[in-house]
Amino acid sequence: MADKILKKLNIKVWRQKNASSKGKFETYTIENISTGSSFLEMMDILNNELIEKGIDPIAFDHDCREGICGTCSLYINGRPHGPDTEVTTCQLHMRKFNEGETITVEPWRAAAFPVIKDLIVDRTAFEKILQAGGFVSVNTGGVPDANTIPVAYEDAEESMDAAACIGCGACVAACKNSSAMLFVSAKVSHLAKLPQGQVEAKKRARNMVAKMDELGFGGCTNTGACEVECPKSISITNIARLNREYLVSRLSR
Amino acid sequence: MSILNSKIPEGPLAEKWSKHKANIKVVSPANKRKLEVIVVGTGLGGASAAASLAELGYNVKAFCYQDSPRRAHSIAAQGGINAAKNYQNDNDSVFRLFYDTIKGGDYRAREANVYRLAEVSPNIIDQCVAQGVPFGREYGGLLANRSFGGVLVSRTFYARGQTGQQLLLGAYQALNRQISKGNVEMYSRHEMLDVVKIDGKARGIIARDLVSGEIKRYGAHAVVVATGGYGNVFFLSTNAMGSNGSAAWQCYKKGAFMANPCFVQIHPTCIPVHGDQQSKLTLMSESLRNDGRVWVPKKKEDAVKLQKGEIGPNDIPDEDRDFYLERRYPSYGNLVPRDVASRAAKERCDAGFGVNAEGKAVFLDFKYAIDRLGKDVIAARYGNLFQMYEKITDVDPYKNPMMIYPAIHYSMGGTWVDYNLMTSVPGLYSIGEANFSDHGANRLGASALMQGLADGYFVLPYTIGDYLADEIMIPKIDTDAPEFEEAEKEVTGRLEKLYNIKGSKSVDYFHKKLGQVMWDYVGMARNAEGLKKAIEMIKEIREDFWKDVKVPGDLDNLNPELEKAGRVADFLDIGELMARDALDRNESCGGHFREESATEEGEAKRNDEKFTYVSCWEYKGESEEPTLHKEDLVFENVKLTQRSYK
Ligand SMILES: Cc1cc2nc3c(=O)[nH]c(=O)nc-3n(C[C@H](O)[C@H](O)[C@H](O)COP(=O)(O)OP(=O)(O)OC[C@H]3O[C@@H](n4cnc5c(N)ncnc54)[C@H](O)[C@@H]3O)c2cc1C
Ligand code: SF4
Ligand code: FES
Repeated sequence: MADKILKKLNIKVWRQKNASSKGKFETYTIENISTGSSFLEMMDILNNELIEKGIDPIAFDHDCREGICGTCSLYINGRPHGPDTEVTTCQLHMRKFNEGETITVEPWRAAAFPVIKDLIVDRTAFEKILQAGGFVSVNTGGVPDANTIPVAYEDAEESMDAAACIGCGACVAACKNSSAMLFVSAKVSHLAKLPQGQVEAKKRARNMVAKMDELGFGGCTNTGACEVECPKSISITNIARLNREYLVSRLSR
Repeated sequence: MSILNSKIPEGPLAEKWSKHKANIKVVSPANKRKLEVIVVGTGLGGASAAASLAELGYNVKAFCYQDSPRRAHSIAAQGGINAAKNYQNDNDSVFRLFYDTIKGGDYRAREANVYRLAEVSPNIIDQCVAQGVPFGREYGGLLANRSFGGVLVSRTFYARGQTGQQLLLGAYQALNRQISKGNVEMYSRHEMLDVVKIDGKARGIIARDLVSGEIKRYGAHAVVVATGGYGNVFFLSTNAMGSNGSAAWQCYKKGAFMANPCFVQIHPTCIPVHGDQQSKLTLMSESLRNDGRVWVPKKKEDAVKLQKGEIGPNDIPDEDRDFYLERRYPSYGNLVPRDVASRAAKERCDAGFGVNAEGKAVFLDFKYAIDRLGKDVIAARYGNLFQMYEKITDVDPYKNPMMIYPAIHYSMGGTWVDYNLMTSVPGLYSIGEANFSDHGANRLGASALMQGLADGYFVLPYTIGDYLADEIMIPKIDTDAPEFEEAEKEVTGRLEKLYNIKGSKSVDYFHKKLGQVMWDYVGMARNAEGLKKAIEMIKEIREDFWKDVKVPGDLDNLNPELEKAGRVADFLDIGELMARDALDRNESCGGHFREESATEEGEAKRNDEKFTYVSCWEYKGESEEPTLHKEDLVFENVKLTQRSYK
């Protein structure tokens, strides 16, 4: 419970100046880190030390630090978001590491997520997939009273389970094929489970899958690594639902 | 005073908005196609506005500093969103929501704005459901509600503990649909660094492409700022790390008044500060107070033992626990509004009854609710929040009470706007947390999401038409105009200046120093002496900052330190203005406890005679003191009473 101090850690981290330059690993040491600190707080402290030494700080993505915005990434010791389960990197705490350990930190590795700098990758491919149909076509105003669209409790819960995806990309990073199936299936299931999303369900699945393929994500071979590494425990049963929607949409064309 | 025309429509409160809508101008579809609007920020306010404006037919350019609009700070909101639907038949109504909000804000908000907010609130829920927001449901399939701090009816809609996320995803989906149609050009990883005025009107912005470092010009017939709040001036807060007040500050420097900057909200239920390596405070949703009971030990010796870690909370028997909220406020108990709960926690801790090593925490205990309802019910209600708490603190809240402490959370103050949400600069609008309207001196829970979406979906899309109708003859804005060139030069000059200081201390060093001054003197309790001291201290930090800050990296590359440096430079200025404003307001109201103005029982004492106004600060130049203008608040429909939750 009480915080301890890790006296010394080695941080082996990927450094890459920009998208077009070649990257390499550098190792830094850091001292006196509280086990109550988050991984990103450790990175802040490391960065402040680097700045004082005249070394460029390590660029990494983060914002909310509450495990909900999906901005933070980091491949830590060979796992997306590090060794803890069901958490993002900002919610990973240093109590998960040992005294004297060498921690390896890399950016997400996937062709569809090119590195921008150091540990920051470009995830706009996710945006493009969503723009291909991840919405209900409704304008502002002129909609019916909310309670005229009843939704069974279980359906709302299942929809919410899928809607909890934070778009972090850990599933892609975890997958040996760099497939985006878990992410896409989460959005498709979120909307397909609700009456409002039904009308466009088939078209949505078809368009989003086509976009995903076009953007260079790999195919899904059901290895399940995505589910294991997903910080929001998005279930691969969503992939089955996506496959069903997709199949139906192909058949009914 | 003409420069402060709030444009509140005439007529009875309940008819103001509909009459106003009937009277303001509408732009024809053909003309909308010729008009461009810039929306800076894609949180709930900005995303809903950008999508709605694009649906109407305007050409929209939207900006955010994150890599995706979906990551805006709005995503972090946990608890819920209010709406006067009266689905629970517990006698809720538009008037009751209006009244609770006005009262909760300690009568420092405009009646007309707040009434409109309550009036459009039911439409928000309809809109979000139509978009596919998976709100919590009853078994019969209808929407579920819960009650939230400071109110006695159940009017809060929620999507587990992830309401903000789901509402934002709804607005983001609407935005994506417009992006795919080509009606919105989305500029992610772009930061607005200045607003450009031509002939007195807002005509565009200067932004930095955060990846390439390039400074670019964007023109439009109107500019909407939806950039959120400035709570990060305190360094430690519940806000996202990138949240900043810079865009609003640039507007201020270009003539938009800053209103009530000293009004910031302190949220009572955050995970306490521990040690000195912390970067951020995590909020635990206020909904926890529905079932959790707040307490500290009755006996000081128990508190001391807790602080030393000699005993645990479960070693203290019920009769030795002081449920101080229930004791002091019997009718609201643990559900008192945020400012009351925060102050009460601080009072107990200051008196020596704090329960963690630092003596700066109180317990939020679920033991009683688990005994009454069973663990499963509590897990279903708060499971993900409990999990989050355990991940952060390594304590299981099913077995041990949570520890909480107040933290900076929300800025009620912000850019001054009139009833149309336009700032004092023509063509420059401000919506969501970035503006000052609707919450007065204190915001009730679940009202910020409501305000952001009300502004973006249902208010701005109408009111901006009133302005743009007169702009249809203005051709596409020429970004080669000298005004753009000058603004760009200024921005580049400022970045180079920061970069070339090449001092010895990191940006965070200064930010933390500023934050400490703000928390100590401009935080939960304030007095004139402390505020004067704070102003001087901030000046010193600023001087030091501009001499000794070290910005590494390159100007023409992705450079988070450079981004932070610009924001901290602005926070230094914002902090000083906050202290000035707090100094002027020699009364206690809302979350702003002025030590010189307290009742005998130690409760906040408002002074309506002298302070029933919005303070509006006008920028006068770099080293000049700003001018204070006052917008008098007129209450015709509610009687100003001392707030009581006893
Ligand atoms: C942890 C937490 C929980 C909360 N829970 C609740 C709740 O339960 N209910 C409730 O009603 N409210 C809640 N709130 C408050 C509420 O979430 C916010 O007030 C609200 O979401 C603000 O929305 P916004 O659209 O105004 O701004 P934000 O969501 O903050 O969006 C700001 C946008 O501006 C952009 N931006 C900022 N600066 C620039 C710049 N210079 N250039 C370009 N882009 C810029 C950002 O990229 C972002 O897109 C909570 C807040 C927090 C922190
Ligand atoms: S499915 Fe899980 S891992 Fe993939 S993007 Fe969503 S939250 Fe992240
Ligand atoms: S920083 Fe938002 S999820 Fe980690």
